[in-house]
Amino acid sequence: MPAENGRRVAVIAGCRTPFGKAGTVLKDVRAVDLARHAARELLERTDLDGSNVDEVIFGQVVPSALVPNIAREVSLLPQFPKEIPAFSLNRACASANQAITSAHDQIALGHSDVIVAGGAESLSDIPILASRRLADILVEASKAKSLGARVRTFAKIRPKDLIPVAPAIAEPSTGESMGQSAEKMAKENHISRDAQDRWALRSHQLAAKGLADGRLTAEIAPWFPARPGDHVVTQDNGVRTDTSLEQMAKLKPVYDRRYGSVTAANASPLTDGASAVLLASAAAAKALGYEPLAYIRSYAVAAVDPGWQLLQAPVWAVPKALERAGIEWKELGLIELHEAFAAQVLSNLQGFAEKGWEINEEIINVMGGSIAIGHPFGATGGRIVTTLANEMKRRDVQFGLVSVCAQGGMGFAMVLERR
Amino acid sequence: MAASGPALTWNVEAGIAVLVLDCKDHPVNTISRAVKDEFLACFETLAADPAVRAVAFFSGKRDNFIAGADIEEFVQLTSAADAERLSADGQELLDRVARFAKPVAVGVHGACLGGGFELALACHYRVATDHPETQIGLPEVQLGILPGAGGCQRLPRLVGVRAALDMILAGKSERAAKAYRLGMVDELVPPPILRDVTVAAAQRMAGGWRPKRRRPGGFTGWLLDGNPLGRSFVYRAARKQVLARTGGNYPAPPAALEAVEYGLKHGLAEGLKREAQLFGQLAVTDVSRKLVQIFFATTQLKKDLGVPGAPPPVEVKRLGILGSGFMGSGIAGTAVSQAEVDVRMKDADLAHVAHGLGAARAILDDRLKRRRITKYEHARLVALLSGGASYAGFGRAELVIEAVFEELAVKQQVLKEVEGATRESAVFASNTSTIPITRIAEAARRPQQVIGMHFFSPVAKMPLLEVIPGTRTAPGVVSTATAFGRRMGKTVIVVKDSPGFWVNRILAPYAGEVGHLLTEGASVEEIDEMAVRFGFPVGPVTLLDEVGLDVADKVAQVMSAAYGERLEATGGVATLVKAGRLGRKSGRGFYVYKGGKKRGVDAGVYDLLGVHPNGGPRPAEILQRLVLGMLNEAARAVAEGVVRTPRDGDIGAIFGFGFPPFRGGPLRHADDLGAARLVADLERLAERCGPRFAPCDALRDLARRNAKFYP
Repeated sequence: MPAENGRRVAVIAGCRTPFGKAGTVLKDVRAVDLARHAARELLERTDLDGSNVDEVIFGQVVPSALVPNIAREVSLLPQFPKEIPAFSLNRACASANQAITSAHDQIALGHSDVIVAGGAESLSDIPILASRRLADILVEASKAKSLGARVRTFAKIRPKDLIPVAPAIAEPSTGESMGQSAEKMAKENHISRDAQDRWALRSHQLAAKGLADGRLTAEIAPWFPARPGDHVVTQDNGVRTDTSLEQMAKLKPVYDRRYGSVTAANASPLTDGASAVLLASAAAAKALGYEPLAYIRSYAVAAVDPGWQLLQAPVWAVPKALERAGIEWKELGLIELHEAFAAQVLSNLQGFAEKGWEINEEIINVMGGSIAIGHPFGATGGRIVTTLANEMKRRDVQFGLVSVCAQGGMGFAMVLERR
Repeated sequence: MAASGPALTWNVEAGIAVLVLDCKDHPVNTISRAVKDEFLACFETLAADPAVRAVAFFSGKRDNFIAGADIEEFVQLTSAADAERLSADGQELLDRVARFAKPVAVGVHGACLGGGFELALACHYRVATDHPETQIGLPEVQLGILPGAGGCQRLPRLVGVRAALDMILAGKSERAAKAYRLGMVDELVPPPILRDVTVAAAQRMAGGWRPKRRRPGGFTGWLLDGNPLGRSFVYRAARKQVLARTGGNYPAPPAALEAVEYGLKHGLAEGLKREAQLFGQLAVTDVSRKLVQIFFATTQLKKDLGVPGAPPPVEVKRLGILGSGFMGSGIAGTAVSQAEVDVRMKDADLAHVAHGLGAARAILDDRLKRRRITKYEHARLVALLSGGASYAGFGRAELVIEAVFEELAVKQQVLKEVEGATRESAVFASNTSTIPITRIAEAARRPQQVIGMHFFSPVAKMPLLEVIPGTRTAPGVVSTATAFGRRMGKTVIVVKDSPGFWVNRILAPYAGEVGHLLTEGASVEEIDEMAVRFGFPVGPVTLLDEVGLDVADKVAQVMSAAYGERLEATGGVATLVKAGRLGRKSGRGFYVYKGGKKRGVDAGVYDLLGVHPNGGPRPAEILQRLVLGMLNEAARAVAEGVVRTPRDGDIGAIFGFGFPPFRGGPLRHADDLGAARLVADLERLAERCGPRFAPCDALRDLARRNAKFYP
């Protein structure tokens, strides 16, 4: 939808690295290198000269302490002039969506014409922290005036202080882990184990199809290994072609061993990857000779009490986005719904249905979702927007919806339009 | 040199004379007679000026200090006595500086070479910037002479005899950081504070302070450099190394060694005298003349865009490379590390691309390992390399170089694909070694954009590039390819589109003669040894193994098809290829290789070829047949206009396959032998060995007119 000044924002193209389960093919790669790879390959594929880009925006949820502003490292790729400003942001699992949204705003305001927006995450390379006491002692020791004082300070260290602390994927406000929240939602909304497993299986089957017929593969920038002899990574390694409901049924629930239903098979895995999307004002797109895949019509963000149903906020965000777009649910031709957990997907759909909206699974996640493809927190939004825009073009669909649930009880929704 | 005002200016600030050298109308400072006179006059004035307590000396150029002595003056020397006087004059000036009653500090930024460094050595305190442009050294032996303005005396006294010989004998220059570590300069500072730090040092010295220098190297340093016995070991080892490296063909390094040794034994004054004497002798040697000619030729070539009145080259920012094999990845890695362009590689499948990217990256890794670049520069350069299995990213390439399979149909196919993927102005360059560019261009929609860029293997190390315009190639395309080759650090010659171009053409009779010689009973080692004794870095048999026998065979077939009997392939190489012996890369060729090292010839080679090493031709004849065949073919190719000038031909042979530089190249060498003698020798060889040696018309013509390639 054009801004008041008449400026419309186009999605030109997107691409991403292969998504690799944490600790596998991309385990030795830093998130910043994944982000740079996705951005550089986006320039290659769109044949865009870096000097045409006005800003770079990237999302990341668990940043490295060594590269706090990942976006700036992307904009310092040698393909860009060094004068392109960049910032990084965090809206949890909707971070890349937020990067795209921020890009939209800058372009709509007329501050920028062309922006590369995306996200990256390496869950193989999360910061491992020293215990608070050890950190305090180290800081104190560094300020010690004499060797004796330093030794005395070090002497305070106890064995338990040496145990490192890994950041947990849990709500700071409630202490509830993401999986526990999903488990709670499954129970509250009466989502059966079987329904969850079926959704997960569907995700794998559709993703496998997308990879096999090349629609999904086309969005992936092959990752060339640094070590000679290693294979080139061209596909996501979480997608399984060999799984079945029977096999999934054998898995034990993780968060509630007795009455639970959330298992490793019906949840998205910890994943490494990055995505990048090229956005431009309609005029800039035309001047550069691009045929946009789609235009951004509206977006909205909502939040709920994290102590309630943590991942149910899309049910509030989507209607807001539709209202801002001035369209109705039934006008949507394609929907990309982030799959943190099958229980969350089905809860979200239930919430939509309760609004009297008809759920047509045929148009939802037509190439699978995060359960199969994987979920590098900061990058997923870029993948979803790219897949949706490409498929909207392929099917010539006028309206498409993005819906993403996020940590902290947030939900994100965006409406794309083809023309 | 037209004098346009003084090069040397100064003003006095708070007791310090800040002295600045700026040779107007010249991009770099050099020390000429005129500059020396200005220095003498200036120091006279400064000595008399009571307001001056110390001197701080700088270059007025933004990016160089002093590149050396004025080489134009040097080449005009006609006698050893004149040359000795030139050296003694320089020594006298620097002696004046060294003994100057008021202390002199020097601030160095940019190239500080030869006479420039000798001047700095004579000063009392040296400050250098830590900038990559700051290179310090004594490259004189590369011109067949020695540091003749006290360099052979002052450097070993400053840094120890080992480090000094290491620099002087190899004609090396060092980056500032290394120079500082070695003790060549006293301080290393960032460029913006060079002036202040140097002036402050002069101030301190004016107040009576003197720098305390400790000879680097600690105990080992004392053991080897600090006493006569240790030094005698060092001299012996250096002498042996010099002999091994020069094959006794270059008189400058042993003479420099003598100047150093003599000076440390007999004191500075005697040492300077000996140094000037030896300088005088070297300056008029034939070897020095040849090396200076090569220096001038390469300097000229750096300004030559390959076609008269060529339009300015297009600046290549993005380079597309097709084929990620050994050549393609070598070109990619070299282009990134030298020219810092964005490189996109393409090959048929991603596994090949991955391999090529890895090999290109290895060139950067190597530079990092050898500390030529920092890890941050390395990361930036690595990010310039990318690749894929499609033409994505080729749309903005100004230049595409193909290094795909050496077959006309394949080359034409990729040419058509590239034309579809690039913009109208893009240049398509083929790295073919055997296929005529004009033939490849027949498939082009834009034949004026097609050109040959023939790199030599391994690309990162081989310094020559042949640029080959086809019949329809536009002049601007020639200058673009030439300029880019130069940015890749190559010496570029533009050659005619004819089979073998220049290098492979004149190598053909040389390599081809191996087969004849083996058939007649010569041994592999003997053939190689004669060539090495002539001054080639390796003999023709080793060269074939290095190039790869399969590649050599393919080239030989092409040459034989193009030039018939004269350059007919002898078949030996093909036989070895059939037996799976492809040269070094397969572990076996004429020689056997184990663990990357040559391990001699196994008898199997002679059996395969059906020959017996039982004496064969006399050594002198072997050498004559190897060399004269090449000179004959070179003369013929020059007459056909394969190279534009004898200069290009000689540079091509020296940089392309290591024709002995002290002989000046094949055409200089032919001139030295004389056309008449060459014709007579070739006629004798033709009678005895076959018509392939028949002297070409060009040589006969020169002989008849008693003329030379270089008038």
